[in-house]
Amino acid sequence: MGFSDARAFCRDLQSHPADPVGDQKFLHTLARWAKRYCPWVGLDGADGLVMDVTGSTHLFGGEPSLLHDIHLRLKRAGLSVRSGIADTRGAAWALAHYGEGIAAQDQLLDAIGPLPVAALRLDEKSSVGLQRLGVRTIAELVALPRATVARRFGAEVLLRLDQATGEQAEEVSPLPDPPRYQVRLTLPDPIGLEADVMAGTGRLLEKLCDKLKVQEMGARVLSLILRRVDKENQEVEVRLARPLRDPLRILPLFERGVGAIDAGFGIDQLRLVATSVEPLPVQQLTHSQARNDNKLDDLISRIGNRIGLENVQRFLPADSHIPERSHVIAPAAFSEPSGSWVALRERPIQLFPPEPIVGTGPVPPRHLRWRRMSFRVERATGPERIAPEWWLSDENWRSGVRDYWKVETKQGRRLWLFYTPQNPGWFVQGQFP
Amino acid sequence: MCAMDSDLSTYFPLQSKRVHEACGPSAFSFAFALAGQQQASVLWIREAWLSDQINPVGFGQYVDPHRLLLAKGKDQTEVLATAEESLRSGAVGVTVIELTKPIGLTAGRRLQLAAETGKSTGLCILPDGMGSNAAQTRWRCEPIFDAADSTLQRWEIIKNKSGTLTAWTVRWNAETRRIIVVSEAGERPVPQGASR
Repeated sequence: MGFSDARAFCRDLQSHPADPVGDQKFLHTLARWAKRYCPWVGLDGADGLVMDVTGSTHLFGGEPSLLHDIHLRLKRAGLSVRSGIADTRGAAWALAHYGEGIAAQDQLLDAIGPLPVAALRLDEKSSVGLQRLGVRTIAELVALPRATVARRFGAEVLLRLDQATGEQAEEVSPLPDPPRYQVRLTLPDPIGLEADVMAGTGRLLEKLCDKLKVQEMGARVLSLILRRVDKENQEVEVRLARPLRDPLRILPLFERGVGAIDAGFGIDQLRLVATSVEPLPVQQLTHSQARNDNKLDDLISRIGNRIGLENVQRFLPADSHIPERSHVIAPAAFSEPSGSWVALRERPIQLFPPEPIVGTGPVPPRHLRWRRMSFRVERATGPERIAPEWWLSDENWRSGVRDYWKVETKQGRRLWLFYTPQNPGWFVQGQFP
Repeated sequence: MCAMDSDLSTYFPLQSKRVHEACGPSAFSFAFALAGQQQASVLWIREAWLSDQINPVGFGQYVDPHRLLLAKGKDQTEVLATAEESLRSGAVGVTVIELTKPIGLTAGRRLQLAAETGKSTGLCILPDGMGSNAAQTRWRCEPIFDAADSTLQRWEIIKNKSGTLTAWTVRWNAETRRIIVVSEAGERPVPQGASR
């Protein structure tokens, strides 16, 4: 049915683009949450969770209160839920999709008997075929002789029926635990020399990087925790400019931090954790590809560990006529050089916060004093009017439009002045080469 | 010797593996012109509290802003430490260091050794009258007013470890993106500036 047809039936119909990937991600989040009820949680299709609650219901006061708890919490999160509990996975699925509630022990067939045959997880062809024959409910299907059903519809229908009734076992496969990027080295005797600690770190790093390689991940933040003999922990954190899993490139970054560690009476355990990881797929190297500049990334990491990774920055172009906002400064480790730089008019190479100077009238003064220097203006180019961006409130642009002038002085300096006609005053904002 | 010394290309682009110094009002454009001479990345190191900014839209005519990285240190010690790392690694072609306080001979010498190890060039921008004796050359750069040309500058070597002191009048050619030495033959009877 097309959307316009559908809206003819339901006037208030709203549409949103489907996001299967996002849904799947959310389902994984939900599966992790569901581990609070039982350790055995798997996915069921694209929209369901299957939980093996055997042996854990008493923790929540029995099956009904467990189900009630799940419903309450998910409802509070804004989800609509259908659920079912039964002795078998098939029966629970049938209840969740076509009925609701709990199938009491040994009364499985009574619970699922009245449900339609489609509740047996049959494919469309078989369930429609069964309905055409007048077999509408599961109870009616159970009553039929098995041999005839198998001959008419194949083994699939019987398999599903047996799975629902418990004749045939069916397992719940839980989701795998997320990999942990953590390795540890315990020493029989405490160590204290810097070289020893670095050697230990090197070994741990190799193990960790192997782990990362298998998962095609790269570490972004690494933390080395050194446990001293007196049980006190010392931590060295290394932040990387790019996701990495190359031990040879990471190890030198630890040198500075390890050097500053107080070993006390010795260190007897080293633990290395990748606290933040990012996907780092294997890349095909080709001769035509521009060589990736590893040296520069390493330098950014090394400097970043000294002065803070966010203090190593790069300029990115921004679309604005306001001189201060025609570029943005972004941390180099978390951005790529992109965009093109366009200078429609000549711009100064240095920008200051506006510094007031003495002057009246809309043309630049003949003489001006700035930063305790006096200048004689020989040539003034302008004005270039720049209006404030009204959609952004900026304290500095409260004085209204600005008329910019490039002023060349006899003393040599070439300054960028502006005049604010709505709020008369002269300011220096920049310097040309 | 004299003829060679009066040639800007002997000194500019600045000698590699050394740290140089620049002062004067046009020191920034000197640094950008130097950075524009080569294809490698540039690291510009300064203290975080400085209120004036370098403007990428403005210096884009000298050097592609994508090639320039900015590092901000808390104080001069951090700036010098960062500069040493950068010079030693050799990952960037030019390291520009903005200094606000004079540096001693030890600090200057450390920078020189780092530049030698990393085979890269360093340029300290400093206020007038400061500078360490370890610098290879020190330049004073000033803009000059000229009725016809608004890019004219005067670059003067005021300290030189291996050569004489010389001065040039240069201008920037925006089309070809290069520094052009303006002939001073008309102004002075003796072309070379060895006497300066």
